[in-house]
Amino acid sequence: MTAELIVFSILALVAIATALGMLFSESAVYSALFLVLNFGTVAVFYILLNAPFIAMSQVSVYAGAIMVLFLFVIMLLGTGLLPATKALPWQKPLAFILALVLAGESVYLLFIRKATSGEIPQPVETFGSPHGVGQALFNLYLLPFEITSILLLVAMVGAIVLTQKEKKKESSDG
Amino acid sequence: MVDVTYYVVLSAILFTIGALGVLIRRNPLIIFMSIELMLNAANLAMVAFTRVRLVLEGQIFVFFVMTVAAAEVAVGLALLVAIFRTKHSINIDEMNSLKG
Repeated sequence: MTAELIVFSILALVAIATALGMLFSESAVYSALFLVLNFGTVAVFYILLNAPFIAMSQVSVYAGAIMVLFLFVIMLLGTGLLPATKALPWQKPLAFILALVLAGESVYLLFIRKATSGEIPQPVETFGSPHGVGQALFNLYLLPFEITSILLLVAMVGAIVLTQKEKKKESSDG
Repeated sequence: MVDVTYYVVLSAILFTIGALGVLIRRNPLIIFMSIELMLNAANLAMVAFTRVRLVLEGQIFVFFVMTVAAAEVAVGLALLVAIFRTKHSINIDEMNSLKG
């Protein structure tokens, strides 16, 4: 058992435990904090997989920006705890069965499709570094990269328009 | 490197937990978080395959997925705030009309 496998096993346990904690904690704030921890462990997986640039984006975009937005909205709405409502009685058991089917199916597909790939090649030094990813993004994939800027602009405008307070309409007869 | 199968199985487990969250939770904020978890699981599988094949395109695609996730969260949370203003509740069972 190599050192990397031990690190992987511990991190995988942490990732699964935090995902389950996100799923089952009553308060939305605890869920958000569990999810931050989960994103952190996934970032460490990215570093193990020679993707340091993606790992840093994961920490700054997901664990930073997105989760801060989540926490802001939870506290703004004050809906950390929802009152319990009468749920459909068969919904939870059915959901668990369907989730088990999904997990079994994906793992089964993985094992019947598994190809013996042999030796995994060693990456060159710059593989996945900001330098390498930047070279690819600004040369070969420049157009998609620019299109994401339009996407983010549209999202920003959409968020502003949606949360704007409705102006009182000028009533001509009043 | 750890065998890529382990990474893909872990990714499948995380994706399943995310799907389960969408199915059993009634708080739309937690449903959003579960969607983020599923996107993240897909990203993990993609980065693992990128490492095996040594092509950079997988990481580029993960970068774009992150961008889309950020945009989705911004618009989705704005929608939730707008719904909360009109209905004073974000319980997903009460969102059953298009024009509240």
